[in-house]
Amino acid sequence: MRAFDYTRPGAVDAAIATHARANSAYLAGGTTLLDLAKINIMQPDQVVDINGLGLDRIERLKDGRVQVGALVTNTALARHELIETHYPVLSQALLSGASTQLRNKATTAGNVMQRVRCPYFRDGTSPCNKRDPGSGCAAIGGVNRETFAVLGTSDQCIAAHPSDMCVAMAAIGATVSVMGPNGPRDIPFDAFHLLPGTSPAREHALEPDELITHVTLDAPPGGARSGYLKLRDRASYQFALASCAAQLSVEGGVIRAPRIALGGVATKPWRATDAERMLDGKVPSRALFEQAASAAFNGATAYEHNAFKIPLGRHAIIAELGALTGLETMQEVS
Amino acid sequence: MSDQTLGAGPKRIDGRLKVTGQATYTADHQLDNKAHAYGVFSTISRGRITGLALEVARNMPGVIEIFHHGNFPALHHTPSSMAGGNKVEETRLPFEDERIYYDGQFVALVVAERFDQARAAAQAVTVRYEEETPRANLEQGLTAHGTREGKGNHSRGNAKQAFESGTHRMEATYTTPVETHNPMEMHATLAHWPNGRLQVFESSQGVVQQKGAMAKIFNLAPHKVEVISTFIGSGFGSKLWMWPHAVAAAAASREIGRPVELVVPRSQMFTTTGHRPETKQTLKLATDEQGRLVALSHHSISNTSCTDQYVETCGSVTKSLYSCDNVSVDHRTTQVNRGTPTSMRAPGAAPGLFALESAVDEMALAAGIDPLTFRLDQFADRDESQDLPFSSNHIRETAERAAERFGWHQRNPKIKSMREGREIIGYGMAACNWEALKRPCDAHVALRADGTVYASCATQDIGTGTYTIVAQTLVELTGVPFERIEVELGDTSYPKGPISGGSWTTATTLPAIAEATRHAIMELKTRAVRSGGPFDGVDVASLNFENGVLSHNGKQMSFAEVLSSMKLANAEGDAHTEGADTSKYSYRSFGTHFVEVRWDPLLANLRVARVVSAIDVGRVMNEKTARNQVEGAIVMGLGMAMFEHTEYDPRTARVVNNNYAEYLVPVHADQPEIDVILLDYPDTAFNEFGARGIGEIGITGLAAAVANAVYHATGIRVRDLPITKERLMAGA
Repeated sequence: MRAFDYTRPGAVDAAIATHARANSAYLAGGTTLLDLAKINIMQPDQVVDINGLGLDRIERLKDGRVQVGALVTNTALARHELIETHYPVLSQALLSGASTQLRNKATTAGNVMQRVRCPYFRDGTSPCNKRDPGSGCAAIGGVNRETFAVLGTSDQCIAAHPSDMCVAMAAIGATVSVMGPNGPRDIPFDAFHLLPGTSPAREHALEPDELITHVTLDAPPGGARSGYLKLRDRASYQFALASCAAQLSVEGGVIRAPRIALGGVATKPWRATDAERMLDGKVPSRALFEQAASAAFNGATAYEHNAFKIPLGRHAIIAELGALTGLETMQEVS
Repeated sequence: MSDQTLGAGPKRIDGRLKVTGQATYTADHQLDNKAHAYGVFSTISRGRITGLALEVARNMPGVIEIFHHGNFPALHHTPSSMAGGNKVEETRLPFEDERIYYDGQFVALVVAERFDQARAAAQAVTVRYEEETPRANLEQGLTAHGTREGKGNHSRGNAKQAFESGTHRMEATYTTPVETHNPMEMHATLAHWPNGRLQVFESSQGVVQQKGAMAKIFNLAPHKVEVISTFIGSGFGSKLWMWPHAVAAAAASREIGRPVELVVPRSQMFTTTGHRPETKQTLKLATDEQGRLVALSHHSISNTSCTDQYVETCGSVTKSLYSCDNVSVDHRTTQVNRGTPTSMRAPGAAPGLFALESAVDEMALAAGIDPLTFRLDQFADRDESQDLPFSSNHIRETAERAAERFGWHQRNPKIKSMREGREIIGYGMAACNWEALKRPCDAHVALRADGTVYASCATQDIGTGTYTIVAQTLVELTGVPFERIEVELGDTSYPKGPISGGSWTTATTLPAIAEATRHAIMELKTRAVRSGGPFDGVDVASLNFENGVLSHNGKQMSFAEVLSSMKLANAEGDAHTEGADTSKYSYRSFGTHFVEVRWDPLLANLRVARVVSAIDVGRVMNEKTARNQVEGAIVMGLGMAMFEHTEYDPRTARVVNNNYAEYLVPVHADQPEIDVILLDYPDTAFNEFGARGIGEIGITGLAAAVANAVYHATGIRVRDLPITKERLMAGA
């Protein structure tokens, strides 16, 4: 870890101005930044601590949306009454992630900004287009079971996005509000995280020095149910091998407004829009869920060790849809 | 006081120190003027260093010195003899030359004023290499080097011929991956040289061996080296023998003339402090028409390093667990570009019994016999490999009692036949087994004038409860309660004690403590009857010592009063006890595991729901710590069965999952209901207390019991650990 300057401004515009003066990183909970700084992967010359900015409130807006401050901790968000009541998928996703200690420190914006768990990215020396553009991708042809994607990959990068929270937000629908040198702007959640494509070093839509101030959750449609299912090897403290966040309602015996997002299997929080279209307006059934699950993985690319994530991801979708629609006693997946 | 004697279950006497943060682990020790060292580690696995760029690092804040193969002082090799008290596992010294044998090998050492400065400078060192193609795994090693002879082989009868003529036969190959010990406390060394003597604080399971190795390497008279390891945050075998970091720290301290602390980073605990090697094991079993074993062959290959020979003796238990006239056990190794392997909890037996007890399950099913019945009928009544009786063997009782408690007899043997809701239930079982060893040991005990009793021995408490059971021994023999007992372990200035390994600490240490205690009591009596003593003229033999009190003909005095009356500080006893006599008996511990697994096909989720284990380890010295050892070993066995796997990139031989997030061990939420039955039959042929040792046996066989249960639940026979979900998913 290199020495760095440390400042703790008291206002958002001061934080942005300070950040612009050097090669900087914003510090919120630190669960990504400090980890990666210690192993020399993130190398800021200046750390701008934003914990003095407030930004720690959860409010219901007049239009029914819920605005979450950037510095709301994962624990506070998961346990907030508005979230538990209206967005069970988000509460469940948060509580399935990391550990209590980490959730107590980790923040909403920090979770949105967390970096991948690819070991080749983290080792500091292997070819990695994300860390060292143009150097190659050691994960392709290497060990690529747990933290690697089958959707949204490119020949430049196959690291899975590690967040659970973001998968729930993708399913709910959200807006990321940022402030920057040129003022505030809103970024739709689906557009915030970028696919690796040919530039895996660019991970999100933030412009230089921009700071996330809030994430605003769409109002759930009336009668919506939601839930999060995370599949992994051990029962806790592991990134998802495959996960499914789903929100839908059932009216008159048919599915309405289905929203499905996948985690652990994709390079960004992954909306399964083909599956959503297939479900909308249909009577819930095992066969329908299997069709939707298959559609969600159309075009998936398996690598040496993660081919099982394709059927595993389908299992996650089918099981979560079954749970939300009351068809959960289903047996084996074909 | 009865709750503190041997066999009871008093809480650890060091428990309060540990939970309140007062126990001083190696890196907690403060020495004036302490400097901090941090390693630069190789990023290739085979080749040589062609250049080191040190200028940037040298000029960074706080940097004192940077050591590497070009400036490291010339040292000596240790003969690495356990009997000689100077064993190490990796004989090559750090910075000995420019050669690279494995990923994560020390290539330089930065010493700085502060830890963060040392680390920052180490990260700024750049190394140029000439890289050669590494051998990244067992298969690559076999292709490049073939195999070489191991050790611990055994043959009786003609296994090959008997196999050919058997009625029912099974042949299969099982593999187990590299596992890494991952104790919570990192390896750490704090070394300094007061007055030309070397004093080392180390997180060590064997201070006496480290002292001997240090003396050889630094060419010092043995009495000029002291190694201290008061508290250890576990080791699981990785801290039995000194590793290169300790030599690096001690040499750096001598060169810069200051104390040097070196904590091995977690990522390098996957490379330069040992591992359980990868194994490939071929089992061939045959029975006659009635299902009696007529042939048993267990041939294994494990990886060793390119610098040293380490043999994982997978067939160690196969020699003697079952009665069979024709047995062949063979161990071979192949060299790969990994650090040197070492013992990890139940070395040999843990991977070996995964293979053997899976194969026995397969054999029983092939012969159409219930796996429990098959075993009960064929467990050996004597050690046929040594042609000796067992000193004490209650394995059948372990199997019967655990089966009863578990509900084995309610098992429907048909595959996939037992269900509850969405889950398919599988029952499996396996035997567990571990050798019982007792080594020579010295100990010192003093009855002190302040009414306390003191004992010391240069063995260690690695978190297992050694401090506590030594105290219990003193309670038992002196009647003095815990509050007035002081036990010191883990310092080579105390009488020579054993390594904390092989499950032999209890059987080795307690007899020496007991003998020293008896000598101290005799010394007290001898003093008391002398002229001027309180029992002047009394015959020593008629003087009674009980509950800390000397008495004769109605006259009573506590030992504190006796010593005070004579202005004596203490009455001391020293003892040396010998290892076990192995000419008359075979000493082993026995047990059986029963496991219930549940497979949810929808969620593709496997979990172990229940474990019932019955264990026969002779007398149980502390009911609480003993149970804790078996439960902990069972949980570790679950990790072995389902999660643990050190992954190496097949192209570079570099460790990929070198941290606690990606190297999976069970978490609390993975832990099943665990029911441990301790048989508690004293093995008095082994030692006066009848205790054999309990640290390792619990992990043996557990992975096989899980695999056997998985087969019962799913019909899928997993012969390669760990049992990951993709091995069980249809179409994955």
